[in-house]
Amino acid sequence: MLSNRERKIVERFEKSRKIQSAGSLRSQIGEEETFFTMMRRMARENKLAVFSAIVILLIILAAILAPVLTPYSYSDMDLMNRLSPPSSAHLFGTDEAGRDILTRLLYGARVSLLTGVVPTIMSMLLGALLGVVSGIYGGWLDDLIMRLADITLAFPSMLLAMVIMYMLGDGLINVFLTLALVNWASVARIVRAQTLQLKKTEFVEAARVIGVRRGKMIFRHILPNCLPTLIVLFTLNVPAAILTESSLSFLGLGLQPPSASWGLMVNSGRQYLYAAPWLSLAPGIAIMVSVLAFNFLGDGLRDVLDPYQKK
Amino acid sequence: MADNTLEIRNLNTSFFTQHGEVRAVNDVSLDVRRAQITGIVGESGCGKSMTARSVMGLVRYPGRIVSGRIRLDGKEITGLSKKEMCSLRGNELSMIFQEPMSSLNPVMKVGKQVEETLRIHQHVTKEEAARRTEEIFREVGISDARSRMACYPHQLSGGLRQRVMIAMAMICKPKLLIADEPTTALDVTVEAQILSLMKRLCEGGTSILLISHNLGVIAQVCDYVYVMYAGRIVEQADTCTLFDHPVHPYTRALLGAASSLRSGAARLETIPGGVPNLLHLPSGCSFSPRCEKCARQCQNEVPQMLPVSGEGHLARCYFANVPEE
Amino acid sequence: MREVLLEARNLTKEFPAGRKKKVHAVTNVTIQILRGETLGLVGESGCGKSTLGRLLIGLLKPDSGQVLAGGEDVTRMSDRQFGKYRRQLQLIFQDPYSSLDPRMNVREIIAEPLRTWNVCRTKEELTDKVLELMEAVGVPGEYLYRYPHQFSGGQRQRIGIARALAADPELIVCDEPVSALDVPVQNQILNLLSELQESRGLTYLFISHDLSVVRHISDRVCVMFLGMICEVGEKEEVYQSPMHPYTRFLLNAILLPDPHHRHEEEHLLTGEIPSAVNVPSGCRFHTRCPYAAKRCLSEVPQLKDAGGRLVACHYPLKP
Repeated sequence: MLSNRERKIVERFEKSRKIQSAGSLRSQIGEEETFFTMMRRMARENKLAVFSAIVILLIILAAILAPVLTPYSYSDMDLMNRLSPPSSAHLFGTDEAGRDILTRLLYGARVSLLTGVVPTIMSMLLGALLGVVSGIYGGWLDDLIMRLADITLAFPSMLLAMVIMYMLGDGLINVFLTLALVNWASVARIVRAQTLQLKKTEFVEAARVIGVRRGKMIFRHILPNCLPTLIVLFTLNVPAAILTESSLSFLGLGLQPPSASWGLMVNSGRQYLYAAPWLSLAPGIAIMVSVLAFNFLGDGLRDVLDPYQKK
Repeated sequence: MADNTLEIRNLNTSFFTQHGEVRAVNDVSLDVRRAQITGIVGESGCGKSMTARSVMGLVRYPGRIVSGRIRLDGKEITGLSKKEMCSLRGNELSMIFQEPMSSLNPVMKVGKQVEETLRIHQHVTKEEAARRTEEIFREVGISDARSRMACYPHQLSGGLRQRVMIAMAMICKPKLLIADEPTTALDVTVEAQILSLMKRLCEGGTSILLISHNLGVIAQVCDYVYVMYAGRIVEQADTCTLFDHPVHPYTRALLGAASSLRSGAARLETIPGGVPNLLHLPSGCSFSPRCEKCARQCQNEVPQMLPVSGEGHLARCYFANVPEE
Repeated sequence: MREVLLEARNLTKEFPAGRKKKVHAVTNVTIQILRGETLGLVGESGCGKSTLGRLLIGLLKPDSGQVLAGGEDVTRMSDRQFGKYRRQLQLIFQDPYSSLDPRMNVREIIAEPLRTWNVCRTKEELTDKVLELMEAVGVPGEYLYRYPHQFSGGQRQRIGIARALAADPELIVCDEPVSALDVPVQNQILNLLSELQESRGLTYLFISHDLSVVRHISDRVCVMFLGMICEVGEKEEVYQSPMHPYTRFLLNAILLPDPHHRHEEEHLLTGEIPSAVNVPSGCRFHTRCPYAAKRCLSEVPQLKDAGGRLVACHYPLKP
């Protein structure tokens, strides 16, 4: 009568019932969850998130220790060894100027991780703040912020980024600023929509009855309930930022060769896609792995922060 | 058996969740007699809605009917394919829900929605469908039927929306109408109107299965009542017998709670404890942890439905026939 | 005569509804709430009872009219001046599911008013106070760190009550606090509310559409229809011999859990409630009232004293 899956559920339930009745005498008083117990719970329940966190840590470590890990320099050309395939001397091969690709990947991780994470955090902070303020206070402030967001969104993002880069000039910090200024608007719109929804809920009304001021309301009720959305947005925006940086670099607006970033490497390898696919493939896989790691970690964080998942 | 429109025998519906098996409907047998209103009463989560959904074939994953037989007008419907169930629903078998707004398409005129139901199941022309829709609108007491047919759901009041839902359910002249808390979302004066409409439909020959948590609703319109608790039927009797001589301790407690509101007593009657978790049902009678009469056998074995003096009166209690001291 | 705790004078509140249209939620309502009593406010959906409740505790600002507390008009106050009344006027919500923040545990929820008003100096004191409140409403202390979704509807409603009590209020507006609950659970909550009233000297404005519940818990009853008051009086007087036709039909529509007393059609009200956007002229009930005369179509009846109670009808029924 029962399918295999269903039989398993019934059996597991019987087992857990026995365990429960054995432990029912223990005091049931709970404890408040601290940050550490929460992380421990995530480690227990979501192995993938833990694995992802380790991968991200390893990438960061490799980026920091790049000079120790590789004998080559990321900028020294070796024109005798152009486009050589992976070998024991050059694990991932060399590029069109004979530079070791592994070395460039390690150094590129510094730029790419930073351009992935820092401007995304900046744009999320800016967007969330403006979105919440817009939703909570309404009126002319709401109009002003939302029109600004509309204008930002109306421009093609690449064009906007180019304009801002032209005005600010080259440099890593300016790349960060540019990416943050391009991406804040969508975050602000989404957070505002959610704020308006939350504003109508009874628990926000209850807080008003108690006399909670609007500023406190934002941090106690609105932002915590926006958190799952923000985490998803973060995992979506990190790869977007890495790729936008590469496009900017490609257009000669971001970092300039010979400095290395993953996006730049993918782009410059494109011309040799048939002759030497490892030029684009290696940085491409690096981007993919780190983006996936951020995604899984984000999912894990979202679940562990969700009270409905707590037993 | 021609005098029963619906027969359910030993129905079990379970949800296989990650926490274990939730036995939403537990060995339920019930009959809906022709041209009568049969009621199921119980608290939220007692399985009364799931019984209805099982009949309609609307149990969603991870739930399914594990065992049991459902017969509509003598015809077995448990083994039917999805397609066959679809042609049955809305045609021979209809259901109305608590919240009429969420059951209606907000961007379609209500007249069109009712016509569509008819045209799905019966080959009629557009004109014929419109004519019959207008007719059924009048029948369910919608004044000014023709202009109401051109309204969108949000333009109608809650009571009118529920009448539209009833019209939609009745347009194909179903053998059985299941009403799941049809008046809970309505105002007091409108509730009374809808209930008298249901009584009229029943007098017209429709068999109705009425599900409600409100003993007042049940007492007003039902001919025969089933009381459910934690997935099981605990008592069944015709309405007057049930309200006059309840024997199951749960039925007594429920009736006591409802009537103590009117007694003028300072403290209202309640039932100690809470409804059991369907994941961890007590091993014996599910009401035993809250029952003052609870004996050892109540804790060990689930009692069967025992006949009580009085025709068609059954109760799932070992003490059903022990006279009150 | 008992002391008046809160008084509303000619309160009117309208909400915009599309172009040039308005929902007449509350129109010219005058009402007194006496200290220590339970005033039941009954009416069907859309009659403005929830809006009136929110106007009285200052959650909404009226378009015109006054709310007097201790002789002061609280509607004209700045937020700062209103501060001291904020704690005294609390609200219990209908939906025990959406009225608690899903991301807060019980301790944080009940502690929120205590934190906002700096009632406790230390963390331990705060926890003690929260545990004390949980005991008062009958939620076991070991659930301190649980989240709302882990509780049943009745227990959540208890947590909501504890949150309101934490502010140490004088008046609690109970907005349909039991209509989402099953009868046995509803009775538990009603018993709890009565106990708390006795031990803490609370005053309730009890809003409900369920006349049986209101009859049980109230001292006085106020019946509303489409934003206006029909009848106010002592509970038993109103229930025994209603003077406003609407009150009588409302009482006739009560569904008794007794199959021997079934409704008879002729005693039921016909038709639907008119929309609050296009309210009928004159007496707002005249479209459904079988006793309506010419005068009812044009002249708005005022709330008048009729032998110890107030009735707004040109032709009140004989008691």
